[in-house]
Amino acid sequence: MTDNTAQTDNGPVLAADGRPLKASLRKALRAQKIRAMMLIAPLLLFIVVTFIAPIADMLFRSVENQIVGNTLPETTATLESWDFANGEPPDEAVFEALYYDMFLAAEARRHTRVGSRLNYEETGMSSLFRGTGRSLDDLGDDYFDVFEGVDPIWEEAGFWYDFMGAGDGDAEAGGLIDAQRDRLSALLDEPVAGDVGFVPDAEIAAILPRTADAYAAFAAYTALVDEDVVAEEEPWEAVFTALATDLRRDGAGEAIAAYSGDGAAELQAAYEARDQLPDISYTEFFIEEDEDWGSLDTWGTIHAYSPSFTPGYFLTAIDMRLTPEGISAQPENLQIYGTLFGRTLFMSMVIMGSCILLGYPIAFLLANLPMRTSNLLLILVLLPFWTSLLVRTSAWKVLLQQQGVINDLLVWIGLVADDNRLQLINNQTGTIIAMTHILLPFMILPLYSVMQTIPPSYMRAAKSLGATDWTAFWRVYFPNSVPGIGAGCILVFILSIGYYITPELVGGETGTFISNRIAYHISDSLNWGLAAALGSILLAVVLVLYWAYDKLVGIDNVKLG
Amino acid sequence: MSLPIYASTGQRVWYYGFRVLCGLIFFFLIAPIVTIIPLSFNAENFFTFTPGMLRLDPDAYGLEHYRDFFTNPSWQQALRNSVLIAPVATIIAVSLGTLAAIGLSQSHVPFRGVIMAILISPMIVPLIISAAGMYFFYSRIGLQGTYLGVVLSHAALGIPFVIITVTATLVGFDKSLTRAAANLGANPVTTFFRVQMPLILPGVISGGLFAFITSFDEVVIVLFVGSAGQKTLPWQMFIGLREQISPTILAVATILVVISIILLTTVELLRRRSERLRGMTPG
Repeated sequence: MTDNTAQTDNGPVLAADGRPLKASLRKALRAQKIRAMMLIAPLLLFIVVTFIAPIADMLFRSVENQIVGNTLPETTATLESWDFANGEPPDEAVFEALYYDMFLAAEARRHTRVGSRLNYEETGMSSLFRGTGRSLDDLGDDYFDVFEGVDPIWEEAGFWYDFMGAGDGDAEAGGLIDAQRDRLSALLDEPVAGDVGFVPDAEIAAILPRTADAYAAFAAYTALVDEDVVAEEEPWEAVFTALATDLRRDGAGEAIAAYSGDGAAELQAAYEARDQLPDISYTEFFIEEDEDWGSLDTWGTIHAYSPSFTPGYFLTAIDMRLTPEGISAQPENLQIYGTLFGRTLFMSMVIMGSCILLGYPIAFLLANLPMRTSNLLLILVLLPFWTSLLVRTSAWKVLLQQQGVINDLLVWIGLVADDNRLQLINNQTGTIIAMTHILLPFMILPLYSVMQTIPPSYMRAAKSLGATDWTAFWRVYFPNSVPGIGAGCILVFILSIGYYITPELVGGETGTFISNRIAYHISDSLNWGLAAALGSILLAVVLVLYWAYDKLVGIDNVKLG
Repeated sequence: MSLPIYASTGQRVWYYGFRVLCGLIFFFLIAPIVTIIPLSFNAENFFTFTPGMLRLDPDAYGLEHYRDFFTNPSWQQALRNSVLIAPVATIIAVSLGTLAAIGLSQSHVPFRGVIMAILISPMIVPLIISAAGMYFFYSRIGLQGTYLGVVLSHAALGIPFVIITVTATLVGFDKSLTRAAANLGANPVTTFFRVQMPLILPGVISGGLFAFITSFDEVVIVLFVGSAGQKTLPWQMFIGLREQISPTILAVATILVVISIILLTTVELLRRRSERLRGMTPG
């Protein structure tokens, strides 16, 4: 083709339809590519949605930590400037923010979730959040009693609605409601939409900023989550706490005196009665509820886990931890993951080793027998390969029991005393025996397919040159079979480090793998982030091995059966 | 590898020793599976051979465990779920997988390596990781604990097997056959169904059987993605083995062994047929 083009000096070669041949070819090629892609696209899309997206989600969850920021948005923002190294707990502003964050979270019953999240990092956080969440109403109740004593109208839902809301012609502070809606969406982890049926008055929001915020939170929650009418519901306790705070703020007096809108007289009366309000700071309130709120470690942990993304889960997965002071090693009694990863790797190696020891002779025999015999014997390898994994695991569970067939047999032969039966199951021995059996076909099949390609004349040549049987095997045959060993080893190793079912059923305490820990964190401890981090590390190991396998054998050359 | 008549004593010992060794390894491979078959006919609730069984006393054998399997509602529900899930997952895997394998076997496919790696990945990634990811992601989109979720995840697991077997069959497919069909006036759809499909059918069927057995045997994914309503046979066996082990499991295991023998035979026959067919095609 290129020769033709080179020869024509006067213009390009033309196809039958008069178009340049090159363009015509390119067009045909493009059509072919598009056709191929159209055939592949549905499956690719399917795999991306059902498989790749879940894996990506897991990777995302291993670093994701939005729960602290979503549940305690104001607290984490105020806490940002705080420095753990100062040795002082944070100031009043942080506790004030914490009160309102916690109040909304407790109404939505979300405070326990952030408590459990932080409890992974610092024990005691869960009970701290749960306990404090229960008593948040008390502070507001004390203030409420005073306001109600001054004027019972403060108890009325309608009064509050008119007082806080923008009437005709009043300036509106609509942004407050939008902010609360976003906040609720973040807090509840699902989009919250709808009409609140309440618009804050901008003037009141300027005079009583905290109250306007707290009422907007109340209104948004009432309308969007409880689906009640804001004007008919008595505001919750945090609104009274906020009002008390606003009334005691410097310069509140002049602003209130200048105010003339809805409820101006009642507000003035409440302002004048402000000295009757119990004098409790937010800091005092929290420390009285639980002295841990005054502890540096509590705040250090909240501070360290405020960002939306954290390396914390990965650090835990490698027996480190993220403390307020920085990254340090986990206390020795909590260092379990290093041991577990080590055990997983070690046992996979042992299983791989036993698979080579048992698989090599079989593959050698199969490759050197006449076709007819070897095909028959191959069935003995393929039958276990095709048999359900649970069938094989239950077989081993039945055989290896202390009252099982193998122990019975050993007792009958006299190798083992009846009162001293071997413990073959629920330990590493059990896992190794059962998994070697289960993975052995994965070693034999690649070995066999490599050995089939080694010409028998090589061995004969070696022997005719004077090599002994052993030399001929070791110097000629074995090196030729190494690619098969490599392929089989990687395959067995990949399969074995991710195994879950068999170690779970026959592994007991000492024979379990890292995958059993992942499953435990997903379904029992509910520490999904840690499960995701452990899974990501395991995935990385497997992908490296997979890459090696691809280089060595080529993924296209995987043979099945 | 027969023994020459001039072999020395050492060589003879080695030759027979090696055969005995191989026999023992074959025994190790097969014995556990074979042992559970007579045990499943145990008349009593034991997991070992009773003295009566060893004496071949007919009274020591019985069908109690099979009766339990066929009458116990939780086993029956598990069987029903397995039968409902595996075939649907197989159909999805085979239809999408065969199309994609045909696409992949064309001569000019951009990013072929990457696409292949993505399509094969469900086979490579450890099941516990797939299960974790699917559990997280499917609960986000409301598929966790649904029949559809389990079917989709099982289809994803089966796809690599279909891709591998069908691509392998297509390697030996003679492209001039489709050109000949086109030359004789067949449109692409007719060519596919009348010429290409019959030739690659053995590969498609054995890929489908692999996908079926993958889904039928699968337990890790269904434990996480499914809920009690999607309890399959392997799930029920897993629970049975973990909590109160009942001899009914052995009866179920025996039935599954019989199923796998049938599947294995089918795959082997198909493989031979496919090799024979390919041997006949010119080129």
